[in-house]
Amino acid sequence: MLDVFVGASNTITSMGFSTAEHVERIKANQIGIRIYPGGNLYPTPVPLSLIDSQGLLDLFRKCLNKTNPDLQLDSFTRSEMLHILSISDVLKNSGVNITDSRTLIILATLKGNMDLIGGKNRPPAIEPDRVYLWKWSEFLGSFFNSSNKPVVVSNACVSGLLAIIIGSRLIKAGKYDHVIAAGGDILTEFAVSGFQSFQSLSPNPCKPFDAARDGLSLGEGCGSILLSRHHSLCGIPEKIVVAGGSCTNDAHHISGPLRSGESFCVAIRRALEEASLDPPDIDYISAHGTGTDYYDETEAKALSLAGLERVPVNSFKGYFGHTLGAAGIIESALAIASMRNNKLFKSAGFENPGTSQPINILTDHAVKEVNHCLKTASGFGGCNTAVVFRKI
Amino acid sequence: MRTQADPFPSKMELLITRYVKLQDGRVWLNGIVEYVSELGSANELFRSVYRHYRTDYPKFFKMDNLCKLAFLSAEILLRGTDVLQKYPAEQIGIILENASSSLEYDQKHLESVRDRDKYFPSPSVFVYTIPNIMVAEIAIRHQMKGENAVFISEQFDPELIDHYVSELFRNQRVSCCLSGWVECYRDHYQSFLFIIEEKDKIKRCKGVQEYVTLNILNVERLFKGKPI
Amino acid sequence: MIEDLINKLKGEIIRELEMENMTPEELDPEAPLFGEGGLGLDSIDVLELVVLLEQNYGLKIQASKEGREIFYSIRTIAEYIRAHQKE
Repeated sequence: MLDVFVGASNTITSMGFSTAEHVERIKANQIGIRIYPGGNLYPTPVPLSLIDSQGLLDLFRKCLNKTNPDLQLDSFTRSEMLHILSISDVLKNSGVNITDSRTLIILATLKGNMDLIGGKNRPPAIEPDRVYLWKWSEFLGSFFNSSNKPVVVSNACVSGLLAIIIGSRLIKAGKYDHVIAAGGDILTEFAVSGFQSFQSLSPNPCKPFDAARDGLSLGEGCGSILLSRHHSLCGIPEKIVVAGGSCTNDAHHISGPLRSGESFCVAIRRALEEASLDPPDIDYISAHGTGTDYYDETEAKALSLAGLERVPVNSFKGYFGHTLGAAGIIESALAIASMRNNKLFKSAGFENPGTSQPINILTDHAVKEVNHCLKTASGFGGCNTAVVFRKI
Repeated sequence: MRTQADPFPSKMELLITRYVKLQDGRVWLNGIVEYVSELGSANELFRSVYRHYRTDYPKFFKMDNLCKLAFLSAEILLRGTDVLQKYPAEQIGIILENASSSLEYDQKHLESVRDRDKYFPSPSVFVYTIPNIMVAEIAIRHQMKGENAVFISEQFDPELIDHYVSELFRNQRVSCCLSGWVECYRDHYQSFLFIIEEKDKIKRCKGVQEYVTLNILNVERLFKGKPI
Repeated sequence: MIEDLINKLKGEIIRELEMENMTPEELDPEAPLFGEGGLGLDSIDVLELVVLLEQNYGLKIQASKEGREIFYSIRTIAEYIRAHQKE
């Protein structure tokens, strides 16, 4: 059975344009969620985590000047700029050739070019078809001269973590040697108004697992991570592998979770089984933890049912919100950073336990040897995913 | 990629034991036309199919058309089979592909917030603005709790299904899988859904038709209605 | 008359919640809308009723705090509207 190594990563949110930048800001207890006044994104003030647009343009211009100086900025959408920057960063920091036929890009997103859905205000240089995820992915694939058409996963908020699972499985099946799993979603009125219709947005920065939690905070984000058979091409000295992964379905309700946590627990147990690990072997959990009443409660129940209630756990969403398609990738990248440095980060926004099943939420940054990490995610449509990363 | 020698040959033989297609007003089951309707719109056709198959599921009427198509296709596919009794719920997977995602309802949702004076986004519309809800509707109806994923591609990609689903079986992530293509945007709809099982787990009965081996070529042929 | 409001609500609810094959006569205004033994409405239906009350009656509800009481039955919804709607 071959190993699938985790390699270089990139993360882009309000907290910066690289994984290293995120780690520094998290260490300094900075938070990227701000109250935005009523405007384009929503009629009234709402907390959001938005990527610095000027910073994005400056970095992308630099990136384009190096690789394709003949192309104009206005022929790229915001989502495309983010994905190109993110994937380019991973390529720069690893030894993988993206044009190789044994390399695959997997893209995870809910809405891709979300800003093209209405068809209005479309920049003339961008064809209307780029609203389709297959066209968006084709555009990104051709930018990198990828030999293989990117695979697109659109599976609600588990898309990012599922992309890592799928990538790992395709490598184990012998179909590819390297996978770049990239995920991202921008924010427009489409998303903000939609989540507001569910009354699921908090009027303040979100507080995952906290007793006073009252909703999630949306965040823009894009992340990429390299998976490879060959550690020598990964770009990081540590040997960290995808040891197990699983995706289950509650088969209960299209938007609400199965509150017993049963199905989520099955996903967690299966990931552990595949990794040949028992609950006491897990050193740290990077949870989904959105800050909503039912989803956090369900996740706590699932972790408890799986025998993981004592394992130090955090959610990253208190720092930069729920980044939808990017969440599983960005948060995995940060969990891997914790594994590499043997440093755990506190769960931002958490003060008092607020779930019926107690779990061990990190209230401070901590030093701890992390050899086995569990990453979880769940989403609309009853899907639950779990991945175990192992340091070897 | 398909021409390279596969260093990881799958030892198990996987079979397509049943398949359904919905397109151009017709329903095919295992390649035979079962129902024909002259009705033009997707809306009208789906209602007509729902009634023809005497379905009793009030939640159907809340679904968007993509989910209605997925739901009906799965309903026809699974009716009369013992698949749901034979395999544990957590071992049954749903792996689907689609082209337009949920674009029709994406546009509908955006329309509802176009006018700041009449700003009433609806949760029952927004929930259908992600394509994996079609998996959820099938899962809820038939209590299928295993591996699930929705892939997006411009055309039906049998290679991706073959590679990914075969790996799920090889690693015992699933014992049975519902897979295929469900695409719907306005009145353009097309579905092709099939059940995959391991050869060793199927009891051969006298008179039962020969099943088709799961491979890229066979899936393509069934999709296009060509002889195997 | 509250009975007029109840009848109006019945039509609106059937339409908004896509209750196919349900007629206003079949809807019992006293019957619980949610849960076992009720009409079987779910969490999305609660939120749709929130939208209905805002759109048609100008009333804003926090589903998680007030929803359970207000949306108990069609009658309790009508009573809430009567009590809170500005003239």
